[in-house]
Amino acid sequence: MNRSWMNLTPQSQGSSSLPLRYLNSVDALLLLCLAALAIALGAAVRHMLGPLVAPAVTPIHLDMWHLPGYALRTTIRMFAALGCSLLFTFVYATLAAKSRRAGQILVPLLDVLQSVPILGFLSFTITFFLGLFPGRILGAECAAIFTIFTSQAWNMALGMYQSLRSVPPELEETARCFGLTSWQKFWRLEVPCTIPSLVWNAMMSMAGGWFMVVYSESITVGSTDITLPGIGSYVGMAIDQQNIGAVVAAILAMMVVILAYDQVLFRPLAAWSGRFRLESSNTGQAVEPWFLRLVRRTRLLRMCGNALLSVGRRISYLPLGSRPGAVQMKSDESARADWVWWGFLLLVCLGASWQVWAYAHAHYTLGQMAYVFGLGGITLLRVVSMLALASLIWVPVGIWCGLDPTRARRAQILAQYGAAFPANLFFPVFVVVIVHFNLTPDIWLTPLMILGAQWYILFNVIAGASSFPSNLLEVARNFEIKGWFWWRRIMLPGIAPYYLVGVMAAAGGAWNAAIASEVAQWGQTTLTAHGLGAYIAQSTQLGHISDVGLGTVVMCVFVMLTNALVWRPLSDFVARRLKLN
Amino acid sequence: MASGPEKKALPSGSVLAEARRVSRFYHKDSAADVQVLDDISLTLRAGEIVGLLGRSGSGKSTLLRILAGLLPPSSGEVLWKGKPLHKPTQEIAVVFQSFALFPWMTVEENVALGLDARGIAAPERDKLVDDAIDLIGLGGYENAWPKELSGGMQQRVGLARALVVHPDLLLMDEPFSALDVLTAENLRTDLIELWSEEKLPVQSMLIVTHNIEEAVLMCDRIIIASSNPGRIAHVLHVPFAHPRNREDAEFRKLVDHIYALMTQRAPIVSEADLARMGKAQASPLTRSFRALVPVSITMMIGMMEALAAPPLNGRADLPVLAEKLQLELDDLFPLGESLELLRLAELEDGDILLTNEGVHFVLSDLDERKAIMGHALLHNVPLVRMICTLLDERPTHSIKAERFRSELEDSMSADYARQTLQTIIGWGRFAELFDYDEEGDRFFLEDAAPE
Repeated sequence: MNRSWMNLTPQSQGSSSLPLRYLNSVDALLLLCLAALAIALGAAVRHMLGPLVAPAVTPIHLDMWHLPGYALRTTIRMFAALGCSLLFTFVYATLAAKSRRAGQILVPLLDVLQSVPILGFLSFTITFFLGLFPGRILGAECAAIFTIFTSQAWNMALGMYQSLRSVPPELEETARCFGLTSWQKFWRLEVPCTIPSLVWNAMMSMAGGWFMVVYSESITVGSTDITLPGIGSYVGMAIDQQNIGAVVAAILAMMVVILAYDQVLFRPLAAWSGRFRLESSNTGQAVEPWFLRLVRRTRLLRMCGNALLSVGRRISYLPLGSRPGAVQMKSDESARADWVWWGFLLLVCLGASWQVWAYAHAHYTLGQMAYVFGLGGITLLRVVSMLALASLIWVPVGIWCGLDPTRARRAQILAQYGAAFPANLFFPVFVVVIVHFNLTPDIWLTPLMILGAQWYILFNVIAGASSFPSNLLEVARNFEIKGWFWWRRIMLPGIAPYYLVGVMAAAGGAWNAAIASEVAQWGQTTLTAHGLGAYIAQSTQLGHISDVGLGTVVMCVFVMLTNALVWRPLSDFVARRLKLN
Repeated sequence: MASGPEKKALPSGSVLAEARRVSRFYHKDSAADVQVLDDISLTLRAGEIVGLLGRSGSGKSTLLRILAGLLPPSSGEVLWKGKPLHKPTQEIAVVFQSFALFPWMTVEENVALGLDARGIAAPERDKLVDDAIDLIGLGGYENAWPKELSGGMQQRVGLARALVVHPDLLLMDEPFSALDVLTAENLRTDLIELWSEEKLPVQSMLIVTHNIEEAVLMCDRIIIASSNPGRIAHVLHVPFAHPRNREDAEFRKLVDHIYALMTQRAPIVSEADLARMGKAQASPLTRSFRALVPVSITMMIGMMEALAAPPLNGRADLPVLAEKLQLELDDLFPLGESLELLRLAELEDGDILLTNEGVHFVLSDLDERKAIMGHALLHNVPLVRMICTLLDERPTHSIKAERFRSELEDSMSADYARQTLQTIIGWGRFAELFDYDEEGDRFFLEDAAPE
């Protein structure tokens, strides 16, 4: 769902970003296979989870002094998920990059996985993990961590895959020429090449991660209530007890956590990863983050760091693996194997289609499907209108900020924090207002979905405006170009590539948030907007797994269709026509 | 595991590397393969510096990679000390044009790369690294990051990294061409000095270059390669002792001689030749085309005007012209060749001279120039003729560019095809023969544009 968070700002990927791929038909097939897999897994798990035993529900206390502990638990969940994502990324991306056949499947699969609404997964993963660890809190923990994992792993893997594929050929030749073994080459050349993209993607997926962790800590699937101690469940409890003060406290605690995460982990990591950037241009390096300075200047910390690095270096030079020979050309023999391979894939696809068809035939009526597609249309309308609204507000603001360097820097930081903050913590605040004034949920719940996603638009527009070539602005001033003409012919085309990246990220975020935002609660009051998000959320709550599946697939279809029909052609056009330099 | 890189010098003249009838094709998915190297045989001996001199498209970098064991030849074989070479060996080290330093390793770590890969113990490794760093004049830079260094210093790191493993053969792929003139000269002199004093821990060096003076300055033997596909055209011995003086009359004479050799009516592969080696069943439209280097129309006009003006008056010595126009050989030759292709100028014995048509062009006003260029293109560039014919035939006066691209790809790599088409578009637009719509990737006739 967070398809383009991997290149949140166009310059972040530099020249290494791959052109958008055209895999629409492959994507559709893979979606089919995924659905089939889910059905098969679901059938297998259903036996296991016969009497679903609710995990020992930990009581949540609304006392403020519990909050730091909860925040810590939430943070640890984030770390655990990040670790899993990293592991997954290394295995998946390496496999996809090294094996041609695996790459043919794994890369498009990532594309599809990115379009699956993460919150739609939730009911599957929770039933699965609770079935795995019946009656134990571990199952719920695993489910929460897995949910965060799904919000991070795909784009990290895609980023790493792309970097692995764009290892500079002359460095690759150097490695071969000096006799590095495959193990040495992996750790001394390939992994370092991927570090900037790994750090950047991890940083960006944190935003989605916080959203998911908050959502998944307190959730109901069918008759099972799950409450994991953490900030999310704290807010859930606050909502139940209609305690707005506790909501505000949780928001503040979250801010502190995000700030700490950023300052202690990601700022230093991002600065450090600059060393691994391949383009030699030194674009005015930012100041060294204080924490990194601390590590570098403090004797003890530095010694620890150096010891770690030297151990890593020693391990990376272990003479494992073989010394690759000269690059061989493709032989005809592999062509025949290719046919076998494609034949096998075709069989898998056919099997999957049959299974999906059989399942759909047994569980859904045509009317129901049409109804769900209709709901999808309503949510699409919401997404589009919110994107338009956010653009109307943030494009002018972003340009105004971006044209002044100091303003740009400040606004940039603000927008980045805004994007990292889990917007669902703010939902109760809105809901209180809606309940109080008795507003129509169908309209007034809508802005919630863009609450977190709008920042992508803002900070990309700022980035675009601040990198707009000053000589072009001077030309415009020289010819006294003003007003609408200035916007239409000078500024808007100039920032279009950036804006598009932002709007794509925002759209992804909005679809995902729809599930969390179309249904809202305050005490005993439940507000529901009509839409696909609400359908998925309610089915999850009722434990109607097959309905959740239908909703999720329909949302995937919507997202993939907009990708194929709108975003890809648009990005192509923008890349061709409007890219400056 | 491996023993230290200490070794004794081989007797001068003993054969190190030998390429036997090496050819190389670039494999393409569609039709015929593109040949890069054709039947190359050469021998590298201990105690000599060999220069491989050629223009772009002569496959000299490919040949270097084959000799390094980085690429396998399509046919023929490479022998290293009498045994077939199938993969890179630590006895052969490569210095790259782009330095190829690892940005996340310090100078020291970069230099130690080959030793670390072999698992040489720390004390010995450090000593070897220190020696190499001192030898190559990098003392004091051990802990610097590559991006902190100037290009010249970066290439010194590249050299130190290659030398630290004490290779028998050092292969250098245009090692100085990414450097500015002064830095390059400084590095060349240092390297030759170390070589003459026998301080370099190598037995032989091969330098790939397109710079004639560089080859004459450094090498004992110069192999001149011709282009498309790469073949060995000439082999020259350089009889001068080091250090050499560029201003020396003999030196100048040799440089001029090489210029003349390289501008000899190039054995340009004709269409017929290409068709013959290409495919057998060529339909009238599927014939092969020549790759064109990207030469802008303004550069061609500028060159013709410079040639026509006094003191040159229509004829110039290429080295003189290169200096006057501040162009590198690799820029000058494509220009001259393009003019020759269009019959606006001729290359002869290291000279370039304007043809009557070329003189006429220079004396004309813009509209006439366009007409002359259009005429020259139609008559001398088959692809332009084909595009124009098809555009005329079509009722829509519009045609997809893709078909020409794939047509070109039958006789050249995809990169060259794109480049060639790009060049054709630039020339055609100037002559107003046709226009090109980038958005729709199609050629069209301007007055018949559908919009």
